[in-house]
Amino acid sequence: MQKKVACSFPDEVLEHVFSFIQSDKDRNAVSMVCKSWYEIERWCRRKIFIGNCYAVSPRMVIRRFPKVRSIELKGKPHFADFNLVPDGWGGYVLPWIAEMAGAYPWLEEIRLKRMVVTDECLELIAKSFKNFKVLVLFSCEGFSTDGLAAIAASCMNLRELDLRDSDVDDLGGHWLSHFPETYTSLVSLNSSCLGSDEVSLSALERLVGRCTNLRTLRLNRAVPLDKIANILGRAPQLVDFGTGTYGADLQSDVFSSLAGAFSSCKELRSLSGFWDVVPAYLPAIYPVCSRLTSLNLSYVTIQSPDLVKLLRHCPSLQRLLVLDYIEDSGLEALSSSCKDLQELRVFPSDPFGEEPNVSLTEQGLVSVCLACPKLQSVLYFCRRMSNVALVTIAQNCPNLTRFRLCIIEPRTADFLTLEPLDVGFGAIVEHCKDLRRLSLSGLLTDRVFEYIGRYAKKLEMLSVAFAGESDLGLHHVLSGCESLRKLEIRDCPFGDKALLANASKLETMRSLWMSSCAVSFGACKLLGQKMPRLNVEVIDESGPPDSRPDSCPVDKLYIYRSVAGPRFDMPPFVWTMDEDSALQVHALHVAEYNRKPDWIGVGTYEESIQGLRAKMPFVLYLAELSNTSQCSSQPLLSGDTTLTPPRPLLRLPIETLESDDKTQRSKEGKYMIKMRYSMNPTICFEIRPISTRSFPGV
Amino acid sequence: MTFEKDINIDATELRLGLPGTSEESERQASTTLRISNKRALPSVAAEKQCDQETAPPTKAQVVGWPPIRSYRKNNLQTKKTEVETSGMYVKVSMDGAPYLRKVDLKIYKGYPEVLKALEDMFKFKVGKYSKREGYNGSEFVPTYEDKDGDWMLVGDVPWEMFVNSCKRLRIMKGSEARGLGCVV
Repeated sequence: MQKKVACSFPDEVLEHVFSFIQSDKDRNAVSMVCKSWYEIERWCRRKIFIGNCYAVSPRMVIRRFPKVRSIELKGKPHFADFNLVPDGWGGYVLPWIAEMAGAYPWLEEIRLKRMVVTDECLELIAKSFKNFKVLVLFSCEGFSTDGLAAIAASCMNLRELDLRDSDVDDLGGHWLSHFPETYTSLVSLNSSCLGSDEVSLSALERLVGRCTNLRTLRLNRAVPLDKIANILGRAPQLVDFGTGTYGADLQSDVFSSLAGAFSSCKELRSLSGFWDVVPAYLPAIYPVCSRLTSLNLSYVTIQSPDLVKLLRHCPSLQRLLVLDYIEDSGLEALSSSCKDLQELRVFPSDPFGEEPNVSLTEQGLVSVCLACPKLQSVLYFCRRMSNVALVTIAQNCPNLTRFRLCIIEPRTADFLTLEPLDVGFGAIVEHCKDLRRLSLSGLLTDRVFEYIGRYAKKLEMLSVAFAGESDLGLHHVLSGCESLRKLEIRDCPFGDKALLANASKLETMRSLWMSSCAVSFGACKLLGQKMPRLNVEVIDESGPPDSRPDSCPVDKLYIYRSVAGPRFDMPPFVWTMDEDSALQVHALHVAEYNRKPDWIGVGTYEESIQGLRAKMPFVLYLAELSNTSQCSSQPLLSGDTTLTPPRPLLRLPIETLESDDKTQRSKEGKYMIKMRYSMNPTICFEIRPISTRSFPGV
Repeated sequence: MTFEKDINIDATELRLGLPGTSEESERQASTTLRISNKRALPSVAAEKQCDQETAPPTKAQVVGWPPIRSYRKNNLQTKKTEVETSGMYVKVSMDGAPYLRKVDLKIYKGYPEVLKALEDMFKFKVGKYSKREGYNGSEFVPTYEDKDGDWMLVGDVPWEMFVNSCKRLRIMKGSEARGLGCVV
């Protein structure tokens, strides 16, 4: 009998060894070694990253990993940033918080991106997690400063509160005063996205003063310039500072105290904010410039000479965000001053203008690429580009990992040769062997995709707009890019063929977004049927896609792999192509769905029961199947899912359902339960037989 | 000299733009939209054909392009509107009133005018102002918060200085007002 060496270590030893393994990939590998390692590992995994909140259900996560302390979730697709995903699409974090409140009382960290967070969620967090430390809400929405007040008031061990880029209903600055006077643990506060012009300055100053571990402080626009000195004076240990408004009438005493305050911040490495800049105040930051590694000037609407003057003081700069006011000349100057530059983002000051308002062309980017050998990450908005420039960039910056180019006018050709930019982008993917992220723009044929499929072997995320000629383009990408995880496409002539031919590829990716392309409804249905581990969601605000012929293209398509099955919280304009029935999921909505509660999706009884256990009261409504635009307004049944087990809906006596000759219901067989979810948590159900006989038009 | 007749100028014209659109319609569409960055304006939407699926989007209609996040767009826009609109709106609250109002200080030429406007707005009367005693004869006293965050009596400083330093107004009432030297 052979002894297995691995099993001769006690569990505690293995657990201790595993505690040194932090990365998800490594942890996953560890868990696959053998059953006992799987068991040990799952009990000691503390940190979970879920790139798509619908890929898995909260219960499944909790079942496998019972002792999680830190969770990161992402919700909406990336194109939601540009208003391509309609409101109400989903990404609600409440079901997660509700489940974790019971299962993870020692949860310390929640990081969310593009999710809908309500004040109720924040209150639940504040109430449920006694050792809560980190809350990061990146591009989230749905909450107000009242929710933040709840967090401030209850979370005694809070270290980090980061609201970056979130859409917050800012009811004024009083939430800051909810941090008790005894609270001193704050390390990082980013409230720069708050939009109200009211802020409680005294509460802020006191908070900053007593939190001696504060390292990051990013203020919002409401904080005036003349208050900065006072705040910095209380936190000279800051490493990362974001100003509020950085403009005022020039007063020498304000200037000198500002300059004094900055110079006493010896640890300062990163600056941001700078709304409404008055150039005369910029020299106040010169004392810290030589140590700065990160500078965000993307709200600074001053001209190139003033920008250059500032940048000449920043030789250590690694990261720069700036508006195109910097112009080609400014970028040239940047490239000679800042040799350590790793990341450059140039945003357009007048993106919707007809004519260029600044002299920023491809030359600016080329000069930086020629002179800054460490450049890795580029985001560049401009109005013209050439293949020769792209080739130069590719050859001189082979270490690029992120390259996002946005030529503002769609389908703009090489301005020198009038050819497509295929060769230029081809050079980028060929030379930059570690490229992980790429965004294309300009005039592009299928050839560019051929290059991408051939060379971009490490590419993980690709964004495509107004490009390509045929399905061959999409096919090159899906069949060639081995590391592809996220693909988002808009306004390209890609149709069914490439998608269906590469269906299995989609299970190896996190998600695929296609909008304003040429994928037919029929293909979506087929894909949904063939691939049970994919959720194929059709988004169409103009009505049910099956009211049109199968050959009609769908407006928007979002496909993602999931082990959780179709989701429960879809709004009426999202349809999931299910393997159970291809035409399924007519979203039944009551009048204007954006004012009435939204409908959660459809599932089997078992799945709905899972949803029921989210601990909300429910009301059961009856649906009239023959007329899918109405449902009865008489509630049939109501209850409270805090009772476990939940009320057994299947045993509902049939006589309490309205009889209707046009529809067929049977006591036997699976019932479909549709949940309606609303912001004031009342869940409404309708019972529908799953039999296709009852669906009109099948 | 006669080349123009042989060459189809339009076909060889070099320009930037989506295929299928003509420059005139683009110019027209985009000038009407230059004022606002929102999605399709009603006037432009009405010009479009009925079956929207088949009509290619005109330049102005492209949603989510260029790919700039809304808070960035808003920040640029706010800057512009601040420059365009002249007006100095400040909030006005009155003790006991359920909601606040806003007045534009720039439209008034002096204290009497703005006080009269406030009196009309909130249906009260201020007392008589004197430098020594403040407002005499009424339980309502107009105050304002200045740039330093301090609460000041309206009327003490020259009008121009007041307009430039006033951040918000508050009509105080009753006992609180007495502290400012009001004699009821």
